[in-house]
Amino acid sequence: MERDLTARLSATARASLRWETGLLLLVVAILIFGASTSSQFLTSGNFFNTGVTSGEIAIMALPMTLIIISGEIDLSVASILGMSSALLGYLWARHWPMLAIFVMVALLGLVAGLVNGLLVTRVGLPSLAVTIGTLALYRGVALILLGPNTISNFPASYTNIGVLPLPGTQIPYNVAIFVVLAVIFGIVLHFTATGRSIYAMGASPEAALFAGIRVKRVKTMLYMTSGLVCALAGVLWTFRLATAVQNNGLGLELDVVAIVLLGGVSIFGGKGTLAGVVLAVIAFAALQNALLLTNFNQEATGIVIGALLLVSVFAPNAAALWRTGLPRWARGRPRRTAPTT
Amino acid sequence: MTSTVTERTGSAAAPGAGSRRLTERVFRIRESGIIVVFLVFVGVTTAIHPEFLNQQNIQFLLVNTVVYALLALGETMVVISRNVDLSIGSVLGLSAYVSAGLFGPHPGIPIPVVFLVGLGIGLACGMANGLMVALGRVPSLVVTLATLYIIRGIDILIVGGNEVTAQTLPNSFASIPRAGLLGVPYLAIAVAVVVGIGAYYLRSFRSGRELYAIGSNPEAARLAGIPTGRRIFTAFTVSGGIAGVAGVLWAAQYQTIDSTAGTGYELTVISAVVVGGVAIFGGSGSAVGAAVGALLLSSITSALNVLGISQLWLEAISGFLLLVAITLDRVISLRLQAALRRRSAGVGT
Repeated sequence: MERDLTARLSATARASLRWETGLLLLVVAILIFGASTSSQFLTSGNFFNTGVTSGEIAIMALPMTLIIISGEIDLSVASILGMSSALLGYLWARHWPMLAIFVMVALLGLVAGLVNGLLVTRVGLPSLAVTIGTLALYRGVALILLGPNTISNFPASYTNIGVLPLPGTQIPYNVAIFVVLAVIFGIVLHFTATGRSIYAMGASPEAALFAGIRVKRVKTMLYMTSGLVCALAGVLWTFRLATAVQNNGLGLELDVVAIVLLGGVSIFGGKGTLAGVVLAVIAFAALQNALLLTNFNQEATGIVIGALLLVSVFAPNAAALWRTGLPRWARGRPRRTAPTT
Repeated sequence: MTSTVTERTGSAAAPGAGSRRLTERVFRIRESGIIVVFLVFVGVTTAIHPEFLNQQNIQFLLVNTVVYALLALGETMVVISRNVDLSIGSVLGLSAYVSAGLFGPHPGIPIPVVFLVGLGIGLACGMANGLMVALGRVPSLVVTLATLYIIRGIDILIVGGNEVTAQTLPNSFASIPRAGLLGVPYLAIAVAVVVGIGAYYLRSFRSGRELYAIGSNPEAARLAGIPTGRRIFTAFTVSGGIAGVAGVLWAAQYQTIDSTAGTGYELTVISAVVVGGVAIFGGSGSAVGAAVGALLLSSITSALNVLGISQLWLEAISGFLLLVAITLDRVISLRLQAALRRRSAGVGT
């Protein structure tokens, strides 16, 4: 029994290792492609630019990983970013001290996550519908707070994070924060009981409940964490671009979900690793940058990202499809099968 | 002895009939609840500001609703089968640019051909989605998220910084949304008919009913001999085709088309569908409800205008409305479950 369990565990470990190996090869391929097409690609200045433009998306992908593994989804992340950015601008324009603003923004993020979490766990609504609703609601709050105004008179000591790296390095601030958060999230997900319970509730919510896991509480905490982290991303985004405007981060939720799925996390929950998502973040950022440097229409990089996403979901299914063959309706002429009795 | 038996059957039948009435009422609510909300909303707004119901405003409202109501019909078919189509905004954008872009190099091209081109683009995109979901057995959320990116990317490559401008469009094309009978745009009538046909198909045709069966329980539907793959493929193809046609109408309405046309429409349309009473996890809802959901969302825009409330409130209100709608739906279905459980308990004793 126990050996069976360890055998199965190592099988899962091998399977996920294969996934991460594939991603690693992808990253290497992108780096080779980038380096061979542009002499700019492997320079430290370019490393800074690539990191600084993807930092917030990468940060938001961390709590999203945990939420998707737990079997839910959060489409409101980019709206929480926008709402936090708007509140930051709104309060700054009203001459609040920066420290008080940070506290308010953090509280707003927590409340936004709490609303998502309560609607999903206590009212029992599907998270896809809830977070489409709060996607509009939170973006709407940003609109109400700022309207058409742009607030950009932030002090240079804050907005420098968009142009200057950490002193003595080439690492942008938001990438440094991403690295620290990735380590924390990785430890929580892979080395704590809470982390194991997240996998359990994603694999089977009922079994998790009967095993004594407080599914509702953990999921609510996950949504609140996501809200807080997205608020942080909102602050970073605002200072990096030195502007608070209501449409900050519009549409980023799909990028974040795409990265997490590309990282090998199953949309049905219960499967995936944080290492995979970190590799997917690197692949995403490097690919966008490489395509930018090769003068490929940067807006159209979605084609490549979409194609990668399709490959990532088809790869595991292709083997199964090969085994079972095409379904009858797709084979053209229907085949008569002998009755089995 | 006999009397006790009759009494027991009598008492068992009574709660059964009661909850059946409740069931019927709830099923009526699913479709009529949203209509009541819509009528109350229009009534209150008109009471405050009578000019809300003037002819120009109604016309404006209907034209604005047309594209959303069409897209909502296709999305309803997909959502009922427990899937989701996130790519419709991108399909709309691609179709709008390519079809309306034909007028530039071929000024004399007949308008029906333009519509056919839009329809063809939409059908191709929808079939690609349908094939991958049904044949590849991958979740539709992921597939259509990917095609959302890919189709928008193709659109951006084709557009390449250009745009279709109003000058290149012939008058007969640009006036399609405005042409009408007694102030009611022909287009609104046509869309109402299409939605009616779609609703009738879903309600009364075998393959339409099978979509509900698939959405309620995919595995059971498959075991019952329903060709689930083919039905889901059809639903995505129809959704894509509708998005293609909606793209041509969008072009006729807005007349300036760049690569951002239709960005974000997918979430608005899903909101309309869910507000209109279609369960996000499939199995219940109607096309008429979804169309009224679209009408309600765009009449809120119009009402904010008339009431002098800033448009800034629109997004927050529509998000809040969606949350209220799904919460209400949840409460109603919990009540229904409790009633059914009481009934089966009554029959069991």
